[in-house]
Formats: sequence, structure tokens, C-alpha cells
Amino acid sequence: MEALVASAVGVMTAAGIFLILRRRTFPVILGLSLLTYAVNVFLFATGRLALDAPAVLNKYKEVPYTDPLPQALVLTAIVISFGMTAVIVMIALSAYLSSKDDHIDMNAHDSVDAPGEDA
Amino acid sequence: MSLFLIAALPFLGAVFPALLIRAGRNAAASAAGLTTFLALMGLLIHIPSVMRGDVVTARFEWIPALGLNANFMLDGLGFLFALLILGIGLLIILYARFYLSREDPMGQFYTYLLLFQGAMVGIVLSDNILLLLIFWELTSLSSFLLIGYWKHLPEGRQGARMALAVTGSGGLAMIAGMLILGNIVGSYDLSVILQNKELIQASPYYLPALILILLGCFTKSAQFPFHFWLPHAMAAPTPVSAYLHSATMVKAGLFLMARMWPVLAGTDAWFYIVATTGLITMLMGAVIALFKDDLKALLAFSTVSHLGLVTMLLGFGTKIAAVAAIFHIINHATFKAALFMTAGIVDHETGTRDIKRLGGLRHLMPITFTIGTIAALSMAGIPPLNGFLSKEMMLEETVHTTWLHSHYLVPGLALLAALFSAAYSFRFVSHVFLGPERHDYPAHPHDPPVGLWLAPAFLVVLVVLIGLNSAAIVGPLVAVVSSAVIGGEKLPYYSLKLWHGFTPALYMSVVATLGGLFLLSLHRHEEKIWNALPRPEAKVIFDTVIGVLTRLSRLITDTLHNGVLSRYAIIMIGFTLALGYYAYTTGTIGPETREPLPPQIIPIIGWICLVGATLAIMWFHRNRLLSLVLIGVVGLIVSMAFNYLSAPDLALTQISVEVVTMILLLLSLNFLPTDTPWDSSAARRWRDAAISVVAGIGSGALIYALLLRDFAFPTISEFHLANSYKGGGGTNVVNVILVDFRGFDTFGEIIVLGIAALIIFALTEAVLGTNVRSYLLNRKPHWPQSGDSHPLMMVVVTRMMMPIALMVGAYIFFRGHNQPGGGFIAGLVVAIAFLMQYMASGYTWAIERQRFYYHGSIGWGVLIAAATGLGAWFNDRPFLTSDFGYIHWPPLEEFEWATAILFDTGVFLAVLGAVMLALDSLSRFAWQPGMAQEFPMDINPLRDNPPQEEESKEQV
Repeated sequence: MEALVASAVGVMTAAGIFLILRRRTFPVILGLSLLTYAVNVFLFATGRLALDAPAVLNKYKEVPYTDPLPQALVLTAIVISFGMTAVIVMIALSAYLSSKDDHIDMNAHDSVDAPGEDA
Repeated sequence: MSLFLIAALPFLGAVFPALLIRAGRNAAASAAGLTTFLALMGLLIHIPSVMRGDVVTARFEWIPALGLNANFMLDGLGFLFALLILGIGLLIILYARFYLSREDPMGQFYTYLLLFQGAMVGIVLSDNILLLLIFWELTSLSSFLLIGYWKHLPEGRQGARMALAVTGSGGLAMIAGMLILGNIVGSYDLSVILQNKELIQASPYYLPALILILLGCFTKSAQFPFHFWLPHAMAAPTPVSAYLHSATMVKAGLFLMARMWPVLAGTDAWFYIVATTGLITMLMGAVIALFKDDLKALLAFSTVSHLGLVTMLLGFGTKIAAVAAIFHIINHATFKAALFMTAGIVDHETGTRDIKRLGGLRHLMPITFTIGTIAALSMAGIPPLNGFLSKEMMLEETVHTTWLHSHYLVPGLALLAALFSAAYSFRFVSHVFLGPERHDYPAHPHDPPVGLWLAPAFLVVLVVLIGLNSAAIVGPLVAVVSSAVIGGEKLPYYSLKLWHGFTPALYMSVVATLGGLFLLSLHRHEEKIWNALPRPEAKVIFDTVIGVLTRLSRLITDTLHNGVLSRYAIIMIGFTLALGYYAYTTGTIGPETREPLPPQIIPIIGWICLVGATLAIMWFHRNRLLSLVLIGVVGLIVSMAFNYLSAPDLALTQISVEVVTMILLLLSLNFLPTDTPWDSSAARRWRDAAISVVAGIGSGALIYALLLRDFAFPTISEFHLANSYKGGGGTNVVNVILVDFRGFDTFGEIIVLGIAALIIFALTEAVLGTNVRSYLLNRKPHWPQSGDSHPLMMVVVTRMMMPIALMVGAYIFFRGHNQPGGGFIAGLVVAIAFLMQYMASGYTWAIERQRFYYHGSIGWGVLIAAATGLGAWFNDRPFLTSDFGYIHWPPLEEFEWATAILFDTGVFLAVLGAVMLALDSLSRFAWQPGMAQEFPMDINPLRDNPPQEEESKEQV
């Protein structure tokens, strides 16, 4: 089980980083999403894996519980990462619609003139 | 009045001039004056206790963990400086009201001035060196604003920048020095530090701390070789020069040396660094001042010289020299501020400050002449004025000082400096006021209105009175201040009187005065020699150094940040990998302590799906729609994995976030190109693949190693499990952590989410405001549009599902405290319910039925969460402490309420608002004018025909 989770984290990290290193906005967004999955699962797994032991207290009998703290951290991380993805998508979209170019890198022309509104 | 209030008053009052300037310049000036007056009165009521030698304190623990306490203390030294700052501040406020012209923004001026005043008062009243450092930096910043007040003058801007660069970097050095000092003693409280002389001077870090602190003092007090900023700061309006550069800011360095005198002084290092620097500065400033033609430059260099004098006296390290230093600080503040104001009046009335264009003003401006002459003679050291008294004390002290076995070096150079000092003082009088009347003044000179000369006249009266009867007027003050400086020890014998008999100091004074007159008589010839001599120009050197630094930093920045985002990513990933490799090779890994869980068949199938989908994304990522579908697969598997691995809350969150993210990405893909072209070389792709594989192996191996080992230290999770029900009143520990234990984090996170949504909204507004809108309206879609964009079945089903979906949201929300669910998930679920309506019935239809603004939802969410947190304060509990109890209503089972549910309501509203605002903004890109009339269940008759053809048909 541990090997499955670890290898999945590894594969998602690798794919995410490969896509982040692309030069167009959309693959970079996809890469960030993949990397977000990888990081969230990684953080979640730092609480170690447990089956059938959700951190919901049982009033009637003693049962084992999994570590709730990483879960709480990851829960907000998931929601925040949605917000960040949305911002990046919007920046990418605005940049593309304004310049008809979805390269993430500034080229020589951009550094001389501010990105033109009438391009 | 509490010391807190005295220190806070100028800051509080700084608001008023800026506001009241609308009511006129007098209102602004009165507000500033009244604030200063109140603070001054607050200070003066402490006179009885200060004169008794008591120390008034006010203490408040601000950040105890850092040793940063907002402790203030008022002893003799602090009192003297606060008196100078507030007293002269009051005079300056009066003077500036008449000095500044109609075009100058006076409200700003008084606001800056009060900010500066507050920072200065803060420095002299601080009992905590960290607090002192904060105020110290504040003076640098506020003086920057004041020096650059005339923003239209390039000299003003350059002078302000130079002053900020020099005093600011000195301040940085001082921060380091103060931290070392605090570490040696183990406390950052001045009152504790001042008790530990032996400990500090025996420490091996004494010398570094001393040098760093002195760097701060020397830069602030314009000591050689940092003196050059002061003359350039003279581009400021004269009230600023008179205030900052005679009475207050430049004295801050002296204040700190005096404050630290009990623990830092008395060593050889202190003597040779401080006394030598002071001596050089005193002599150099005096010589340069004689050859400056600009009145204010003359006064600036003379200030440099006098600051050097006080520094030298403090550097001697003897008690009597410290007394002389204190006395001279008082005297210098009185006559120098008066001289600056005189220079300002001359400038104001004649239109020039160039000494070469002045002369013969004594009949034209008799009042100014009288004031200026008395102050200048005091500066020259002529009896019976106050400058004579302290200058003689200084000369007397130099006679008793040996510098590297030489008995003559210090007194000789000090005499030379005094001689030049007398010469430039005489020059100030004779070349401006004496001599024949001229006919080519730029303006017709006459005495100014009383508002301008009142303040310097008051100071000059003090100059005379202190000179005639110093023991009675300032004697007790000097005694109290001096004993504060020398650390409460017994004061040495001294007498503040004019006639001490035929002492060496008297002969030296006579020589200085006569020599000064002689020098002045030959000024024309000396000037020729001076101008012929090569001199290093400080501004050129400074500009060169700054230029080199700027080019260097630009080189580094441009290399690292050249606009190529993938390069930043490569640098960051490479660096992280290098760090990880370093940690791997140098750290130790313990033995495996956990049994791995046996893999089961369903997880293995899930794993195959996930890895297959991920690899497929990499392979097919050029086909954007396909990769989007594949990433949805990954997200689903991840949420199932969360559920399988005992994290139901995460599973619910992940799956609902997944839905909104997919909608978002699909919407954006509508406007982006459908394919990613090949635009990186094969070599580059291989390089990237190699990097990402290494990173993947690294992170996978790290988490694998972690998963097979137990925690090295006991975690705080046990606490949360044990206290979730007892302390938070909920059985779902994850939710209790979110809304209770770590409520403050959650509070921050909903704010971040709200800000993200507002950014998206603002970006949309900005983009749609440009010609992008017309592009969007005329755009041809990538794919043929569906004939019934609002299918009948979907419309009917979503409308029927709406109440059910909302009910599910409410259910998830309410059970959240005890079962998986809560505000985050409920917010997402309700958002999805709304989004279904948008998708099924169209944007226009949905927006017409929308009763509330999503912005408002975000705002209310944050406010409700904050109000819940604040509620705890009313019960004397820390922010966001929750309370809970149980309610039993007969037909229902007993249920529990907790204030956390209110907080969760805030979370719910913020999440709902943020998600909806983000998607709503994006949908606006797709808006087309025809949609308004569109009926949801209609079949679009135009489906296969582009609009142009339709128009031509109509024409036919």
C-alpha cells in the first residue's frame, strides 16, 4: 500500500514538473494541477496511512484514529489551490486574449515595450 | 501624562494637518502646534520627578517571545532631548507657517513633521533597544519625506535619497550591533543593559558591537567620513533644516552615544574611535564651512563641526567631558536653530542665500541682524553668550587629554577648529549684514512679519540668558542629565560660569577669537588658495558607488530574472533537488519501524488508472481537451484514495473542488488554442524529462521512507484527538481543527480565497474594458456549437435537483462538526448547485435570478468569521475561542450547538462567494449580445450558419 502511494506521488510529481517546464500556459496550468495533487497526497501521507480509522470520534467504544492534523492542513490546501488555479487560469486567459500569444516566457519584444493593449 | 501617550501623540496628531488643510493653512498649523503643545505639556508635568532624579517608566509586553517590549522610560537624558524635540518643534511649526509659500502643500508638511517628531520622541523615550531601532528607522524614513518635501527640485530628491541611503545603512549596521549587545546581556531592555558594564566590556563581541552601533550613530550624526549627506540635505525647506539638522535628527546619534555611554565608554577602543572621529569631524567641518558661500551650506558644515565637538567630548570618556557635551548640546540647539531660521529669513526676504550677493543688510533688516549676530557670536564663542561657556569647557578638557602620548595634538587641533569656527561665525555676520548696502539684491529686503522672527528671537533670548546666568537657568537640568548619562554615579565638580580665572582655556579662547578675526580679514586670499586645491567631491564618490552597486544588482537580477519563466522554474527545482541530495547524503535514516499495509486489488486498480492517466497526460498533453479529461481521472482517483485511506473530509472536498476546477478549465479552454504546438527542441525535452524524473524519484522515495517509519517525536495530533470533543464540542476532529484549534489559519485562508476571487473579478473587468471585448464578440468558436445549448432534459432535471442539492449542502454543513462535512465542503456543494443552473439554463437566465452579489457573500463570510472570533473577547477569552453546549427540544434528539458553527457559516459564505465569483467572471468572457433574448429550452436556429451569412440572407 505504501509503495503504491509513494510511487503515485512520484509519478504525479514527475509529470507535473515536466509540464511546468513547457513553454505554453495551458500545459503549465495542467502541470501545476498535477503537482498540487502530488503535494496534497504527500502532505496527507505524512500522517501515515491507516484504513478504516477516520478521525471521527466514536463515543461508544475505543477505536484507532488516523492522524487528523495533516488532513485539516490538506483540506484547506485543496480549497486554496482551487483559488490559485483560478487566478492563474485567469491571468493566462487575459494574457492570451490581450496578446494572442500563450507563451509563458517574455521575449525580447516584451521587455522593451510593455505588453501592448492594442496588439 | 503616560509616556505611551507622549510618544503616541505626534503620530495620532499627524492625521489632522493632512485633513484640516482643507479648512485652511492656519487650521493645519494649529492642529500640528496643538498636538506638539499637548505632548510638551505632558512631558513638562514630569519635571518634578525627573528633577529628583527618578526614572518614570511605562511598560507593556508587546512580543515577549522576541524580547520586544514597548517599554518607555523618562530620565534626565530622555527629558532633555524630548524637551528639545517638542520645544523646538513647536517653534518650527510657528516658523514654517509663515515660511512656506502658498504653493507648498502645507498639510503634508505638518504631517511629515509630526511623524518625524513622533519617531524622535520614541527614540529618546525607549527603554527597549528593539523598540528604539524601530523608531530609529522611522526617523530615517520620515526625514526622507521631509528632505524631499520640494519634490520638484532635483537637489531635494537627490539629497533625500542620499540621506536615506547613508542613515538607513548606518541604521542597519546598528540593528546588528544592538542585537549583539542584547545577546551579550540577555535582555533587550536598556535599563538592564545599562547595569552590565563589566559583562559587556569583557565580552569578545564588545568591539564588533561597538563598531556597528557607532556606525549607526556616526551616519546619523554626520560624522566623518559620513558627513557628506548633511550639506546635501540642505535642499530641504529651511524649517526642516533648522529642525532636523540642528536640533533633532543629527542629535540622535549623539543621544545614543550618551545613552550607551555608561556601558560602552571608558575603553581605549571607545576613546580612539569616538574621540578621533569627533576631532577630525570638528576640524574638517569648521575649515570647509569657512569657504562655503551658500548660507545654509555654511551652517550645515558648522553643524557637522559642532556635532564632531560633542562626539569628541563623549569620546574622551571622562565624566566632566560628558557634562560639557550635554551642556554644549543644549547651547548648540539654541543658537544653531536660531541661525538656520535667520538664514531662512534672509533667503525669504532677499531671494538669495549666496553670501557673495549679500552684505549690508543691517539697516535694511535690523531685527534679523540683531538675532543673527547674537546667535553667530554665541557660535563663535564670544562671552557672555552660552556658546562661550561650553566651548571653554571643551577647550579645558582637551588640555587634559593625551592622544598616543602626545599632550599637544588634541588641544592643538581643537584650538585650530575653534579658530576656524570663530572665523566662519564672523563671516556669517560681516559678509551678510555688515559692509556697504548693495543695490542688486534679487528682492527688496526688509524685516519679515513677526511670525517669522518670533521663534528665532525666543531662542536668542535663551542664548543670552543661559550665557549670563547658566547655573540658575540650566544648571539643575545639566546636573540631572549628566548624572543620567554617566549612569547615576556622583557628578564631578564643575561650575557653569563665565569667569574661571586665567586658565589655559581662556588663553585658547582669546587666541581663537583673534585668530578668527585675522583669518576673516584674509578671506579673499585664502579662498583663492582653497579653490585651487584639489578636493574630493563627496557627491561624485557617492554617486559612483551607488552607480556601481546599481549596475551590479541589475546584472544579478537580469541574469536570474530575464523574463523566462521556465528558467526560474528550472533554477528553483534544481536548487531543491540539490538541497534534497545534500540532505540525503549527509543525514541519517533510521530503521523501518512500521509494517507496510498489504496492497489490495481495488487500490491496485486505482493505482493503475492514476499512473496510466498521468503518463497519458504527458504523452497527449498537446491535445488540451484530452489532457483535461485525463486530469479529471487523476483527481477522481485521488479523492477515492483519500476516502479509502480514512480521510472522508478530504475526499468530499477533493471531489467537489474537482468539479469546479474542471468547469473552470473547460470554460477557459473555450478561449485558448485547442492544441499546444511543438516549440521546444528534443534536447530540451530530454533535459526536462530527466529533471522531472529525478524530482519524481526524490519525492516518491522521501514519502516512502517516511511512511515506513514512525514519528521521531510525539506529535500534537494526540492533543487534538483528546480535546476535540471536550474542548471543541465536536467529534469530527478534522472539522474541529479547522474551525476551532486552527481557526485563525482558516480565517486567513478564507481571506486569501476571497482575495483570489476578487483578483479574478478585477482582471476580468480590466480585460473586458479593452478591445478584447470586441475580439470576443466577433470570435468564431473552436468547435461547432451545439444546436440546443440548453437541452430540455438538463434544464428540467437541474431545476428539480436544485432544492435537493441545496438540502444536501445544508445537511453537509450542519453535520460537519460531528461527521464528515463542514463549511468548506458545503460551500463547494452549494456552488455546484448554482453552477448547474448556469450550465443548464444559461448565464443570462441565471444572472437575472441571482438575488445577491458574490462579492457580498465573500465579505459577509469574512466578517461573520471575524465577528465570531471577536465574540470571544467579550468573554475575556483569546480571539476565536469557541464555546458550545447542548440543547434538547422535546420532539428532536438532543443536539449540540457551538459558536464554531457561526464561524463555519462564515467559511461557507466565503467559499461559496469565491467559487461563484471566479466562475461568474470567467463566464462573462463568453457573453454574447444575442443571449439576452434567448429562451433556455429553445433550439438555436442559427446553429450551423455563421452570423454573416444570416445577415446576407436577410438582405436578400
